[in-house]
Amino acid sequence: MMNMNETKISKAASGKALIVTRDINAPVDAVWRAWTEAELLDQWWAPKPWKAVTKRMDFTEGGQWFYKMTGPDGEGQWCLVDFGTIDPGKSFTATSVFADEDGNKAPGFPNMYWKNEFTATATGTTITVEMSFDSEAELEQIVGMGFKEGFTMALGNLDELLA
Amino acid sequence: MTRRDVFQGIADPTRRMILALLALQAMTPNALAERFDSTRQAVSKHVGILTECGLVTQQHQGREIYYHLNTNKMKEVDAWLEPFRKMWDDKFNELENVLNNLKNKNQ
Repeated sequence: MMNMNETKISKAASGKALIVTRDINAPVDAVWRAWTEAELLDQWWAPKPWKAVTKRMDFTEGGQWFYKMTGPDGEGQWCLVDFGTIDPGKSFTATSVFADEDGNKAPGFPNMYWKNEFTATATGTTITVEMSFDSEAELEQIVGMGFKEGFTMALGNLDELLA
Repeated sequence: MTRRDVFQGIADPTRRMILALLALQAMTPNALAERFDSTRQAVSKHVGILTECGLVTQQHQGREIYYHLNTNKMKEVDAWLEPFRKMWDDKFNELENVLNNLKNKNQ
């Protein structure tokens, strides 16, 4: 089936947040599961050709998701997500950072604060993802990485960046 | 010579990486070149292009030149967000695939 859903992006007036919205032709409870269950997240979360591999997941308020973004050559980057408030089936907040394999935050990269909202529509679900940063410069750093190519590249250069 | 536009400036991954580095701090040509495997000349050529399209400014401080990111110029550009939007678009398409598989399994 041809996919007609459009992904929209805008910058919040503060300059420190990006808002991404997208309609999905599936009910909220299914979309919620895909965002909160490790087995499903691992299937779609990483930008290709990367894969997300969960080490541990505790989707509760104060719980953590610890996973590795693994590249085609087996190289990778650990990511740590701290869950904030959870309103089941509706929204949750989280803070995500790059980490080392022991789950310690990697220096030199911004904290990213998430607020993810899921709203039922006539045809499925509207997803609203708000990503905020401590400063506009940090937001620009993340966007500047281009995240797909840039994210891959940044990982390739991670050792140099952290040196 | 034709003046370059901002879109050309950000079209190259190395140049986006330079912008990302300069977003963190102003850097001297040497400090910047050390972050890349390519030659100093190659990095300098990229900076030249970024300067021409107004994304990077060069300021003298004593004997050193520092490259600065011109954030005002970046804010003018919707195109700046496009690679990021595309990344999310791909991600959501994968999510739809996962949800379709989930639905088919349950039927």
